[in-house]
Amino acid sequence: MKQAVHISEAPSAGPDLQELLDLVARGDQAAFAKVYDAVCGPVLGLVRSVLRDPAQSEEVAQEVLVEVWRTAPRFRASRGSAMNWVLTLAHHRAVDRVRSVEATTARERRAALLDRTPEFDEVTEQVESRLEREQVRRCMRTLSELQRQSVTLAYYRGLTYREVAELLSVPLGTIKTRLRDGLIRLRDCLGVSA
Amino acid sequence: MSTVDRMSGAELHTLTGAYALYALPDAERGEFERHLGDCEACAVEVRELSETATRLGLAVSAAPPRELRDRVLREITTVRQESPSCGRRTRSAVSVQRTGRWPKFALAASLVAAAGFGGIAVWQNQVARDAQQEAHRAQQQSEQVARVLAAPDAKAKSSALKGGSKGTVVVSRSENRAVFVASGMEPPSHGKVYQLWFDDHGTMRSAGLINRAATSNTVLLDGPVDGASGIGITVEPAGGSVQPTSAPLALLTFPTA
Repeated sequence: MKQAVHISEAPSAGPDLQELLDLVARGDQAAFAKVYDAVCGPVLGLVRSVLRDPAQSEEVAQEVLVEVWRTAPRFRASRGSAMNWVLTLAHHRAVDRVRSVEATTARERRAALLDRTPEFDEVTEQVESRLEREQVRRCMRTLSELQRQSVTLAYYRGLTYREVAELLSVPLGTIKTRLRDGLIRLRDCLGVSA
Repeated sequence: MSTVDRMSGAELHTLTGAYALYALPDAERGEFERHLGDCEACAVEVRELSETATRLGLAVSAAPPRELRDRVLREITTVRQESPSCGRRTRSAVSVQRTGRWPKFALAASLVAAAGFGGIAVWQNQVARDAQQEAHRAQQQSEQVARVLAAPDAKAKSSALKGGSKGTVVVSRSENRAVFVASGMEPPSHGKVYQLWFDDHGTMRSAGLINRAATSNTVLLDGPVDGASGIGITVEPAGGSVQPTSAPLALLTFPTA
């Protein structure tokens, strides 16, 4: 395989997403349509990776996108990128949903989680998304097995670190540390700066 | 929760990864967020790790169906936007009109009759005990709570809320603060949160959110009582609102005697 292209910025989070959000914050619906086009794929993909169920995922993605419209005036560029703001919102909503469901059905579901891996292989039209995916996949391979499993279960499956520890039968402190040093390694590999 | 209390700053620092991945249970997340306020290095690391998590999100991007775009773009034409939250931006003409008013019908419909309240001392002990437990998580706040409860002019007013739960407000004019105690309250539905308000004679001023996970809770209302005549509680979208967006579950007027 060819060496992955190193891109230092998240490609879909182009420089103008933040400017668009500023316009959205002032009620500009045309600007919102552009924001939608930039973030909808990532939002839906992330929500689906956490929730799995396609219909429920679409419903949550819709809620998230409307919330982006509604709360755009709260976005502060000083606290992070526009894409970070949107995807953090999407991640929290998806994880909240999965946790409220899991509170009742709990454990069996979790046993099955270990078998699953994120859907890195889904077809997408966008070259940028493919590059992003390639790069993340490459960097994921630089993690230890425990780091990779911990980060994957927490982020893509919405488990708390306590649940990850229980599922992998590893002490709590170890999981906390793996989540942190795993992410740090990803950060350095992906060239993320804040 | 008690495991969190005993954590030192160094231990808390290792939670940056779990926090950035939204992998902390609610109570620990609250504790960590308080720590973040005092730890600039942690805050920087959290921002970087959160941006890193965003890259993980971008990597699973999917192709959305066309109908979703139509639905969302249609829906936003009916959804009112929030005003920027207070204090972060310079005040604009818009922010002046920000304070909310209850719709009149809602006010009339949900005015709660004053429940006679005996045994305040006993009850206040209970509240103080609750407050003491809370103190492990939010010591400063609880000290303030305790001061309100111990104030010579503290007055309580209790009222039944929907679903058999009970809400009580304690107000101290000398401390200029108020405490709200809810017991047996159902957690708000998904994506919602309970929000408290000071009732400035019909104009609602936000007084903070009630911890989502809690079913029995002692909350120090944000901000001074000043001229408020009572408090209200509403269900709001997660994160709260700058003004009430729904009819109040309850309005409690402060006892005057």
